Amino acid sequence: MKRLFGALVGMMMTLPAMADEMKLAVTTSFHNSGLSDILLPVIKDDLGLDVHLIIVGTGQAIRLGEAGDVDAILVHSRGAEEAFLAGGFGTHRREIMYNDFVVIGPANDPAAIADAADAGAALKAIADAGALFASRGDDSGTHKKELSLWATAGIQDRDVSWYREAGAGMGATLNAAAGMGAYVLADRASWLNFGNKDGMALLFAGDPVLFNQYAFLPVSSALHPHVKIDLSTRLEAWLVSDKAQDMIGAYAINGEVLFTPNAVD
Amino acid sequence: MVTSILPMTLSGAKARVQGKQILGPVDLTLGVSGVTMLIGPNGAGKTTLLRLIHGLQRQSAGAQDWAVPVEDARAAQAFIFQHPTLMRRSVLDNIAYPLRLRGVSRKQARAQADHWAGRCGVGDHLDQPASSLSGGERQKLALARALIRAPEMLILDEPTAHLDGRSTREVEAILLDAVARDTRLLMATHDMGQARRLGTEVVFLHNGTVVETGPASEFFKAPQTKEANAFLNGDILE
Amino acid sequence: MGDLWQGLAQAFWLVVTFDATLVEITARSLRVTLSAVFIATLIGVPFGVWLALNRFRLRRLTIAVLNALMGLPPVVVGLIVYILLSRSGPFGVLNLLFTPTAMVIAQVIIITPLIASIAHQASRELWAEYHDLLISLGATRRQRLVTLIWDGRRSLLTATLAGFGRAIGEVGAIMIVGGNIDHLTRVLTTAISLETSKGNFAIALALGFVLIGLSIAVNLLAHMLSGTERGRRW
Repeated sequence: MKRLFGALVGMMMTLPAMADEMKLAVTTSFHNSGLSDILLPVIKDDLGLDVHLIIVGTGQAIRLGEAGDVDAILVHSRGAEEAFLAGGFGTHRREIMYNDFVVIGPANDPAAIADAADAGAALKAIADAGALFASRGDDSGTHKKELSLWATAGIQDRDVSWYREAGAGMGATLNAAAGMGAYVLADRASWLNFGNKDGMALLFAGDPVLFNQYAFLPVSSALHPHVKIDLSTRLEAWLVSDKAQDMIGAYAINGEVLFTPNAVD
Repeated sequence: MVTSILPMTLSGAKARVQGKQILGPVDLTLGVSGVTMLIGPNGAGKTTLLRLIHGLQRQSAGAQDWAVPVEDARAAQAFIFQHPTLMRRSVLDNIAYPLRLRGVSRKQARAQADHWAGRCGVGDHLDQPASSLSGGERQKLALARALIRAPEMLILDEPTAHLDGRSTREVEAILLDAVARDTRLLMATHDMGQARRLGTEVVFLHNGTVVETGPASEFFKAPQTKEANAFLNGDILE
Repeated sequence: MGDLWQGLAQAFWLVVTFDATLVEITARSLRVTLSAVFIATLIGVPFGVWLALNRFRLRRLTIAVLNALMGLPPVVVGLIVYILLSRSGPFGVLNLLFTPTAMVIAQVIIITPLIASIAHQASRELWAEYHDLLISLGATRRQRLVTLIWDGRRSLLTATLAGFGRAIGEVGAIMIVGGNIDHLTRVLTTAISLETSKGNFAIALALGFVLIGLSIAVNLLAHMLSGTERGRRW
C-alpha cells in the first residue's frame, strides 16, 4: 500500500501543474503586430501559464495597472511608465524589444515627404502643405511620440482643416487615414499587419527618433496584495530569456522583421 | 344562517365625472328579495348608478349603507356588463377564474366551471378561446362566470341589449333560474317587455335622479308621474 | 462591395465547417446574452406591469425616468460597472472584472429599463380591458399583477425579444468590463470590433453576418414557440 501511495505521489509531482493564469494589459499596437499570437502558446507550453491579454490603449493599460485589475502591463511610453513607477504602482520597468514608427500616407504622397531629411522635416512638409493627417489622439504611446515630434519640429498650430484626431486605437486610426487619404504615424508592426492598405503606402522611416521601446512593468504587490507577482516575475524572466528574444527577433511579416529584441540581463 | 347583505340604502348619493355631476341626489332602498328593474332614457344615469352600487364608480356625496360592511357586500355581488369582458383564455378558464382567485384548486375550479357552463348553455365550446364565441354565447359565459361565485345579488347593465331574440330568451331563463334560487337581481334595461317579464319592482331614473319607484305591476298599469307616463308612451324625454 | 461578398462567403464557410473559434465565441455570446435577458425579464416584466396597474404620486416621473434610461449609452454603463467591479472599487473583492459574469451584469443594467418600458406599454391596453372585471371580481393587487402577466404573456414576449436584440448586438459595455480576452470573454461583437480595428473587414463582416443570422433564428424560434402568428387574435 505504501509503495502504491508513494508511486501516486511521485506521479502527481511530475504531472504538469494546473495552468496558472495572469492578466496582462497590452497596447493595441502590440497586439496588432501579431507577435502575441506567436508567443502565448509557447508561454503556455514552457511555463504552464495562461496569459490573459487585455488589449487597450496605453492610457487605459496604465489605469488598469494603477487599479490593480491586471498583474502586469506591456506598454511603449517611457514618460507614462516613469510616472507609473513614481506613483508606486509598479515595481520596475524591463525593456524587452523595440520597433519603429513609420509615416504612412496616400500612395501619391501629396506633401512629398518621401524625400524628407528627417522625421521633423517630414511632418513640417505635411503641415506646410495642409495635407490631411490622422492622429491617434488617445494619449497612447504612439500619440505621445507623435506629439513630441510636432513639438520638436516647432509646429504648434494644427487646425482641424487638415489635422484630424481620431481618438482611437492604431487599427481604427489607420482605417480612418485610409478612408480619408490622410498621413498617419503608425508603428511598423501594426502597419504590416493591417488588412486594409488600399491606396496607402509607407512613405518615411528610419530616423532614430522614431524608435519605439516596449517595456514590461509588473504591478506592485505593495499596493495591491492580490496581484500575482510570482507569475509576472516568471513571465518577465521568460520574455528576456534567449529563447524568447530569438523568437521576437525572428518574427517577420512578409519577410520583414518587425521587432529588435533588446533586453539586458 | 348567513347574514343577507341587504337591505341597502342610498341617501343623497351623488357621482361626479370629470368635474360634472352626472348622478344624484339619489335616495333609494333595495329590499331583501325581488327583481328590481332600473329603467329610464339614455343618459339618465342608469349605468352610473349600477356602478356606484357595485363600487366601480366613486360616490362623491351622500351615504351608501348595507346590512354588512361594504367590502363584504361587494364580495357577495356579481356584475354583468353590457359588453362582456372576456379574458384572453379558454371559455372554461374564463368561468373558472373567480374561483381561482379564491384559492380553489385548478382541478376543482375547472370542474365547477364545466358544470356552470353547461347550465348556462356554453358547455360545447369549453376549450376554445373565449373570443371565438358569439355575442349571445359571450353573455352566457359572463353569467356562468358570475353565478359560479354564488353571489347573493346579481347586478346587470342591459345584458341583452345587443342580443338576438333567441339569446335574449335563453339569458332570461338563466336569470329566472337564479331568482328561483333566491338570488337578488338589480337590472337596467331598455326593453319594457323584459321589464314586465322579469321585474317585481321598477325604479325610473331620469336626469340623474329617481323620479318614480313602485311594484312592477302597478307601475306598468298606471305610472304616477308625468315623465314615467311619457316614457312608457315612447315619447322622447329631455 | 468585394468585402461584402467575401464576408458572406466566409460567413457561410465558417458556419458550414463548424469553425472551432466561431462556435466558441457564438456559444459565449448566447450564454452571456441569454443569461442577461433571463434576469432582466425577471426584474423588468413584473415591474413594468406593476407600473401599469398602480397609480401613485411619482408615477409619471417614474415612467419618464424609465423611458429615459432606455437611452443609456451602453459604453457609459460599462464604464460605471468597471469602476464598481475594479479591484480598487467597492466590489473589487468579488473578483468579477474580466469575467463573463461582469458582462452579464452590465447587460442586465442596460436592457432592464428597455424590457420594463415595453412591458409597461404592452400592459396598459390589457389593463384597460380587464380593469372593471378584475375589480368587480375582487382580485387583490398581487392577483391582478399575476393575471396581467399571464394573460399578456404573448405581447410581453416582445419586451423580452427587444431586450435580446439590444443585448446580442451590444459591444461597448462588455468590451470594457469583459476585456475581450481570447478564450475567456471574447464574444461575437467584441471579436468583430477587434477584427475591424485590425482592418480585417472580410472576417469582421463574416462574424457580423453570423450575428445577424443568429438574431433572426432566435426571434423566429421565439415566435414559433409562442404561436403568435398562428391566426389567433392575441
